[in-house]
Amino acid sequence: MALYSEKVMDHFRNPRNVGVIEDANGIGEVGNAKCGDIMKMYLKIEDDIVKDVKFETFGCGSAIASSSMATELIKGKPVSEAMKLTNKAVAEALDGLPAYKMHCSVLAEEAIRSALEDYQSRTGERILCDPPAHIGAEEEE
Amino acid sequence: MIIYADNAATTKMSRAAIEAMLPCMEEQYGNPSSLYSLGQQAKEILEKAREEIAAVIGASPKEIIFTSGGSEADNQAIRSAAEIGRRNGKMHIISTAFEHHAVLHTLEKLEREGFSVTLLDVHEDGLVRVEEVEDAIREDTCLVTVMTANNEIGTIQPIREIGAACRRRGVLFHTDAVQAVGHISLDVTNDNIDMLSASAHKFHGPKGVGFLYARKGIRLSNLIEGGAQERGKRAGTENVAGVAGMAAALKEAAAHREENAAHLTAVRDRLIEGLGQIPHCALNGDAKRRLPGNVSFCFEGIEGESLLLLLDDKGIQASSGSACTSGSLDPSHVLLAIGRVHDVAHGSLRLTIGEDITEEETDYIIRSVTEVVAYLRSFSPVWRDLCAGKTKFIL
Ligand SMILES: Cc1ncc(COP(=O)(O)O)c(C=O)c1O
Repeated sequence: MALYSEKVMDHFRNPRNVGVIEDANGIGEVGNAKCGDIMKMYLKIEDDIVKDVKFETFGCGSAIASSSMATELIKGKPVSEAMKLTNKAVAEALDGLPAYKMHCSVLAEEAIRSALEDYQSRTGERILCDPPAHIGAEEEE
Repeated sequence: MIIYADNAATTKMSRAAIEAMLPCMEEQYGNPSSLYSLGQQAKEILEKAREEIAAVIGASPKEIIFTSGGSEADNQAIRSAAEIGRRNGKMHIISTAFEHHAVLHTLEKLEREGFSVTLLDVHEDGLVRVEEVEDAIREDTCLVTVMTANNEIGTIQPIREIGAACRRRGVLFHTDAVQAVGHISLDVTNDNIDMLSASAHKFHGPKGVGFLYARKGIRLSNLIEGGAQERGKRAGTENVAGVAGMAAALKEAAAHREENAAHLTAVRDRLIEGLGQIPHCALNGDAKRRLPGNVSFCFEGIEGESLLLLLDDKGIQASSGSACTSGSLDPSHVLLAIGRVHDVAHGSLRLTIGEDITEEETDYIIRSVTEVVAYLRSFSPVWRDLCAGKTKFIL
């Protein structure tokens, strides 16, 4: 049995939206090097639409794949919809993650939210919805 | 190209080992405890293997007990010394911070049973200091257990000197030689060893079999109660095929030890030299006092699991001490013990090469690791901050 699904390996081997957006108007960074995962998201939002998104990640295979998938899931979407991204959606789109790797999908969700909040604080817009609950990350403690 | 570079995890079985095992399954399949000829043939195989194994480490056959592997041998050695100590009112044990978990977890359990344990520092070079062992020995010390060679960073400990210090002070000395047996020269008499653990699958023998050497006169405690096998010290019908395979593998490893070590050392040093060219990396453990086949590095700004997966895609099978590969939140206790901070310990790579490695493969490994590290750094936010001067390089 492989450690990861084909989807995870595909996004790990060929990560989408890797890099930096120089004129990003929303940037979020979560995680820390001590724990072994850091994700940084760059957003270019125009007319309330996520026109472009890029990421940089320090972390394991599932951290890189989760970042990549998360960017795919919000690209081209309205901010209000991107705000609703859940770790569950990221993990499901990857055809699942091993239980002890679910925290990678949580980190991806948090990185996106952090970038969106940065955008909103820059533009003075209000965050309209409550952050969704994390799914499957309870075992982490 | 498939390059197996994880020989510290396990090794490919040698032809000699396989050939020694087959007849035990097809022909001499009797129970060594049975008195009819089929049983006695099996018994003979067992005892011949015991002699051969004893000869390689300079022991006598009666001092060898077959076990299910290195973990069991470690458990039994430490438990036995602890029992002897307990009877004499000596309940202090000395070991090191970077032992295998088979040792560390046994010691933790003994601590809960009332023993006190001193874990010695292994310093930045991954070497235990003999003086520190001597200083740690107390009136109530019953055991010093220090591994011969570390499984992650390969550093070889001054066990002869540690053994001598223990002799002088009348303390039992055990060494977990799982990574060393068959790879470096070892002699229980010259090296002042009272007890030694070994495991067949680390020297091209089968998995699930190993042995414990215990010097004559040391009373062993059973971990497994039952029949009178192994002089009553380890119950259970013997793994005859496994033991035969282990003996054949060890004989072969011992016969070719010097040439193997010379070849591996040359390749190892070439890998260390080549990988050392990668910016902001560090070799883990002393460069020379290490196993012939062990190369262990930390690379700043990347994480080990993604490195391993990409190397696997290139056909290179290696390992890492990163948290993500251990399934826990902390990176390897060995890397932390030599003072690597979490941030860089996550970016570790262990290559443990096999005797059949070629020059071409060596260069391919250097090229591939260099490439993959550069690629992972190209989108690592940690690396970006380091390069931008926002955080300070550690390596
Ligand atoms: C140093 C050391 N001790 C003990 C062991 C355990 O050996 P085994 O897998 O045979 O139980 C290993 C192998 O992983 C090892 O490297």
